[in-house]
This record gives sequence, structure tokens and C-alpha cells, in this order.
Amino acid sequence: MKILVSVKRVVDFNVKIRVKTDQSGVETAGVKFSMNPFDEIAVEEAVRLKEQGVASEIVAVSIGPAAAQETIRMALALGADRGIHVKTDDEIQPLAVAKILARIVAAEAPQIVLLGKQAIDDDSNQTGQMLAGLLGWPQGTFASRVGVLDGELEVTREIDGGLETVMLKLPAIVTTDLRLNSPRYASLPNIMKAKKKPLAVTSPAELGADAAPRLKTLKVEDPPVRTGGVKVADVAELVSKLRNEAKVL
Amino acid sequence: MTVLILAEPSQGEVKPATLSTITAARAIGGDIHVLVAGAGIAAAAEAASRAEGVAKVLAADDAIYGHALPETIATLVASLAPCCSHVLAPATTFGKNVLPRAAALLDVAQISDIIAVVSPDTFKRPIYAANAIATVQSLDAIKLITVRNTAFAAAPASGGSASIEPVAAAGDPGLSRFLGAQLAKSERPELSSARIVVSGGRGLGSGENFKIIEALADKLGAAVGASRAAVDAGFVPNDLQVGQTGKAVAPELYIAIGISGAIQHLAGMKDSKVIVAINKDAEAPIFQVSDYYLVADLFQAVPELTKALS
Repeated sequence: MKILVSVKRVVDFNVKIRVKTDQSGVETAGVKFSMNPFDEIAVEEAVRLKEQGVASEIVAVSIGPAAAQETIRMALALGADRGIHVKTDDEIQPLAVAKILARIVAAEAPQIVLLGKQAIDDDSNQTGQMLAGLLGWPQGTFASRVGVLDGELEVTREIDGGLETVMLKLPAIVTTDLRLNSPRYASLPNIMKAKKKPLAVTSPAELGADAAPRLKTLKVEDPPVRTGGVKVADVAELVSKLRNEAKVL
Repeated sequence: MTVLILAEPSQGEVKPATLSTITAARAIGGDIHVLVAGAGIAAAAEAASRAEGVAKVLAADDAIYGHALPETIATLVASLAPCCSHVLAPATTFGKNVLPRAAALLDVAQISDIIAVVSPDTFKRPIYAANAIATVQSLDAIKLITVRNTAFAAAPASGGSASIEPVAAAGDPGLSRFLGAQLAKSERPELSSARIVVSGGRGLGSGENFKIIEALADKLGAAVGASRAAVDAGFVPNDLQVGQTGKAVAPELYIAIGISGAIQHLAGMKDSKVIVAINKDAEAPIFQVSDYYLVADLFQAVPELTKALS
């Protein structure tokens, strides 16, 4: 079976975020970018399903500017077989991402689409669920375990208060949570090999997908800053401060 | 203007997450309708009808809603949404699972995890692990929104007397079925609504050592939380995780023990009223957001603190 994996290029999780002075967004010039960590987990899971003989081909998709190809190459280095770059310099919001992916799904006919549960830039946590809705497919979100059983997909999900297991008819959508796996590192030989793997380039218009934004960002601000704290010498002082000053005990 | 709220599934009461969502709906304005979907939900619908500010409860009582499968509930939400200017759900794993699917069925955007209502079409939400706050305006006719519960006080659970109206099930597409759940049994309060939270991090060194966190939490009647590092290391289950990728909490008192204070952890707890940190590293970043901090070996300080509270 074929697996489609979507990967997003985001500001690296180690970068200290700075809001632009004109409040139009966050500073992205001269900042390190990398693959969204949840998408790395999605790629890893696809590669493991291929290693288990469940999947036969892995297609990695990214939507974004020219530099998104670096993220696709990373997915190829990790084990994806080929890439699709949906090139655009416009802001693409989750509903538009889902519509673009739906067009690619129609053309590629994968049995499973694996996505990260959220991107660490906009923190929306929407795309996988939206894609499932558009396609009329079942969804296994926040997955911590995935297995194919008798033509169905068994997904264990991280939910408030514990875990839940559901059976999904194939084809299905899966979004990844942290504990699904620990992604491997790309080896140098594999990074070199990835440069020769096929990578097709298309665009939202070519796919006939409506990518119009539905939300307008009016401004982006710094969060309120907490003022520095008081160092206490020992447990006794801490208890006294909490009782008499903060009055929370 | 009518705001429809998708209630968090419950065993007969109104969940605090739903009550917080009601407060967000009141900030938007208009009539508030609450959709209670499940199997055998008479008591839950009754409880929702007593919450202050609710005008009507829609009760979708059907076996297909018994396990809160998104494939069935999103279909129901999408079928009811045209009544309304807004559809709100708590930003719990339930709300996050169902609402975006309903948004896609309606061909509208979703605004995730709002922390403030600026106007009926404009909201504030955290981005980049709450290192920036975006103000976003919706251009859609129906606004689908998930609400960060810690940003809105719970509406009173009594004082209302809404009518209860049964709604027919919207059909089961037969795409998925529920196999089972392993839910942590705990006498402690729920993490996202506890008055006090005691969290442990990588500094605990093992799951076994979390006992000292639990002992302190029980002394305080607190919930237990954990950093992502502690979850990744396998010390505790993921549902205890506080942070960008876990739960957002804002208790009156948050005690961070053996937690260095990675950005992604701070994103989930920095709205707490009073923050206390105990760490042996004098340079731990968590101290920069703490009201009180103690540089000490946690294996001595935490049992001592538990004892001092006796």
C-alpha cells in the first residue's frame, strides 16, 4: 500500500521567537528552519510500516516556498521514496492545506495519510482532521500506536485521562503524537541518495485547490511577561511566603 | 446571534471545560445553546440546562455517540451549525479531534485555542508555543472555535433553567469503531482544572521517584503534572504532560520540581497565578517565570516540604 506523508518547514524548536516590531508576525529572516517535529514522527512511522512490509511506497508532500524542498529532501533522506512540492509563497492556512492534500490524495490514491498532529509554528492542530472530513475518511488523531490488522487500521490515541483504541476502515488519516516513535537520524549516505530521488513540483492553482485564507491576522504581539521571582533560602521560607505573602496555602 | 457549544462528554455532570467554554460564549454574546451528544445522556443534558447563561440544550441521545467518535459527532455538529453564528468547543483532546472535521464539512476555517474574545469575529490565540499572541479575524459566516479553558473562568454550574430539546442522530458513516480505553484511575483532581498542580521533570530521574511528587500533591490536594522530558523518558504517562504539546494549565499554585523550564513547558503553565520552582541548577530558566524559587536538591527539599505542610 501507498502512504502519503505531509511535512512542514517550520522555525526550529530551539529558536527563540521574536515578534516583529511592526506586529505583523514573527521574525523569520536569518532564523534556522527544520522539519516540524511531529511530521518527523509521521515520516518515521511511514518508514517503519514500509520496513514491516505493510507499505510499499512513501510519498512526502510539502506546501510552501522554494525552501520547502529542503524539508522534502529530509523526508527522502529518512526513507520516503519520492516527493511532491506544492510551491507557493502565499500564506496557506489549515483548511487550504487540507484542500491541497485532498487533491493530491485523489491523484495518488494512498491507503494511509500520516500527518503531524500540529505544527509548532501556528499550533493549530487542524489539518489531519480537516483532510479526513473533506475525504470522508476515518481519522486516528494523536496516535501513540498504529497497526494494520485484517485490512483495518488499529490506532491507539492519546486522550485526556489516558489512552483509547479505535479501529478504522482503510483508507484512513493518522495524526502523530509524541510517543508514537523516536525518529531516526538521516545518515550522510542517505542524505546524498535523497538528492537523486524524484521530486515533482506543482502549485495550488495547478491542482485546482482553493487556497484562499479565511482568517486575517490583525497583529502579533509578545505575550505578557512575568516579572522575575524571589529566591528563597530554604523550605521553611518557601512555606512561609506561600502562606503569608502569596496566600495560596 | 446564536452560539452553539459542543459539550465535553461526561457521565452526568457538566465538565469544567464546558463551563469555561460557556464563559467564552458569553463574551461573544447572543443566545447560548449547548449540544450534549452521547448514549444515555439524560442526566448530562439536565446538568447542562442548569448552567448559568444557557438558553437551550440540544440532546442527541444515541448509541452512535456513545464513544465520542469524531466521524459521527462532526457530522452532527455540521448538520446543526447552520443555526448559528458560532460553534465553540473546549480545546480538549475531544474538541480538538471533532471540531476541525466539522469545520471542513462546513467549508469554514477553525480558530484554535482562543484565549480572549476581542469582538464577535476577532479573537486572540497563542502561537509558537505561546511565545507570541496573534489577534485573528474570521472572514467566515460561521465561526468554529476551540477555547483554551484556562483562559476563561468556569461559568456557574447552577442558576440556569434552559429548555432541553431532543435532536435526532445525524447518521453513522460506519468508518470507525471503538475498541477500548485505558483511563488512569486517580483520586486526585483533574489536571486541567485543579487549584494546585505539582509537576515533576527529568530531574526526578525515574518513574519510581515520582512518588515524592505524588506525596506532595496528595498533601496539597493537588493534581500531578509532568514535563515533556519526563514523559519522553517514560517516567509517567503522556496524559500528565503540561506544555505546548500537552495540556495548558493555569492553577492558583503551580509547583515545578526538577523541571528546567523548556519553552514548550512554559507554554503550558506560565498563566498560573503563583509559580514555585525547585531545582538544583541555579541557572534553570524556570526561575525566570517563578514567583518563588528554591535552589536545592529536590530529593531533600520535596520530602521536607511535604513534611512542613503536615
